[in-house]
Amino acid sequence: MTAANVQQARPRRRLWFGGARATRYAWGYFFISPWVLGFLIFTAYPMIYSAVISFTQFDLLTPPKFIGAANFNRMVHDKLFYISLGNTAYYTFISVPLQIVLALAMALVLNQKLRGINTFRTIFYLPTVTPTVASVILFVYMFNLDFGFFNWLLSLVGIPAVYWLGDPVWVKPAFIIMSLWTVGPQMVIFLAGLQSVPETLIEAAAIDGAGLLRRFWHVTVPMITPVIFFNLVIGIIGSFQVFTVAFIATAGGPVNATLFYVLWLYQHAFEFFKMGYAATVAWVLLAIIMIFTLLQFLIARKWVYYEGAGN
Amino acid sequence: MDSAMTADTRVVASSVRRRGRYYHLRRFSFISLNYLMLTIIGLISSIPLFWMISTSLKESGKEFRFPPELIPYPVAWNNYIDVWGDTGIHQFFLNSVFITVLATIGTIITSSMVAFGFARINFPGRGPLFVLMLSTMMLPGIVTLVPQFVLFRYMKWIDTPLPLIVPFWFGGGAFFIFLVRQFMLQLPKELDEAALADGASYLRIYWNIILPLTGPALATVAIFSVQSHWNEFISPLIFLNSETWRTLALALRSFLVDASDFAAIPPWNQLMASGVIMLVPILVLFFAAQRYFIRGIALSGLTGR
Repeated sequence: MTAANVQQARPRRRLWFGGARATRYAWGYFFISPWVLGFLIFTAYPMIYSAVISFTQFDLLTPPKFIGAANFNRMVHDKLFYISLGNTAYYTFISVPLQIVLALAMALVLNQKLRGINTFRTIFYLPTVTPTVASVILFVYMFNLDFGFFNWLLSLVGIPAVYWLGDPVWVKPAFIIMSLWTVGPQMVIFLAGLQSVPETLIEAAAIDGAGLLRRFWHVTVPMITPVIFFNLVIGIIGSFQVFTVAFIATAGGPVNATLFYVLWLYQHAFEFFKMGYAATVAWVLLAIIMIFTLLQFLIARKWVYYEGAGN
Repeated sequence: MDSAMTADTRVVASSVRRRGRYYHLRRFSFISLNYLMLTIIGLISSIPLFWMISTSLKESGKEFRFPPELIPYPVAWNNYIDVWGDTGIHQFFLNSVFITVLATIGTIITSSMVAFGFARINFPGRGPLFVLMLSTMMLPGIVTLVPQFVLFRYMKWIDTPLPLIVPFWFGGGAFFIFLVRQFMLQLPKELDEAALADGASYLRIYWNIILPLTGPALATVAIFSVQSHWNEFISPLIFLNSETWRTLALALRSFLVDASDFAAIPPWNQLMASGVIMLVPILVLFFAAQRYFIRGIALSGLTGR
């Protein structure tokens, strides 16, 4: 930046309302205006509205009636709040780590320069392409007590049939098994991460005499911790919102074993039309997800390695 | 420099010698083991799809056999004809196509506009607005769905396809904007500068220069948008009540529920045929544009970096 530049900048400043810069600003706001409008109409306004009606009793037919924090009080004394939160936590904290381990294992066997590797990648990814509703209905059939695929597999090794979707003990494991077939995206993200690990590092470790497992554990894993962290955060956020599987396959049953948080929320909003209560429950979900995400970012400092971050 | 290189070569050479006689044997067994793992995971991955197609081709009644028939014989192609004609699925299929296509067109046009604004034009507040946009990605969908239902009900949009289309003409979602913006950032800045010097407006730069170069990113957006609208379940469930605009995803679910209510045992072969009908367009898209699928997902991983 020279003196000439500064001098040039001055007269332009005076032309704020008509100059090239003003035109540029106007174009900038013009181009992002669809998102700004959409954000105001379909996100910001609904969020504010939701915050307001969370302090009311509102059944859509009569005007909202202000009841203070009664919805919140009711929620913390609602047994189903704790049951649905517990179910969601059970599902999330078992399925997400399993998904991550499986996705990483799949990415590892795909991360070899072998003939036909792309075909395997396609096959691994295919179950993820299947539309959710179609795959849930398929799994309802496969988990059938009398003629389902899984009980047939069990019968081959002499294990008696399990009433997967009808047994409060087995229904959540059944859902977790189901979730393991759709780890395609996590797998692809891991694969991209693995391919960005510099080969020289792994070769150097090999020259120093590190075996396969030690190279994996001490070189590869530290290098891909950011990717593991990403999959963990996204996985937990997504898993906390599990809905479709339970809504279609079990409708929350048997005996509330699959009454997940969002399903419980849905029932209040769109089956009992308690919009005020549902809004409260929704805001609490947002708070829970934010706290969990924040916590993970705090813990991440201890185990996630960022190249070039100076540690 | 030179001496360091020779030292390096010496180390590598000695390590190659140290790999010894059994190196190739170990390499061979490693590759074999890898292929074995690939095959096992591949087989397990194929089970659901295989089972869905196999069941969809079984004669009525055979889908309840235990032990099950792995390969259906005789092959009952008529399940597809029955499902397509009798259950009204062709109408629901067309509804889904209509909603998916219109929402995707809106997403492509507006996400590329917004991305252009964020990537290629400098204006006050750009950074904070972009961060605000990214933060909406973390927002759980259900939190906005409850008040949106009240809003759309007030606007008399319930039971019309509007709630499933119109919101996607406003940027199409933060992830898509982010994806296109990242792509546009890689294009050389000189393109815009030269055009501006020639007196082109930003609208021309967007339409005639940047947009034609953004093809691969837009293809990724189109594919993910089609997939998400085709699969979407919770918003049509909330915003559509009657059969008129019922989507394929809703139809499949009510097919299962109605069958369970009246006959106690749903006709699984027909349900699976409906599932395959819903899967086929996505499968075709996946095979036609696998590259963009994979690239888009790999790119989504970069948001965490």
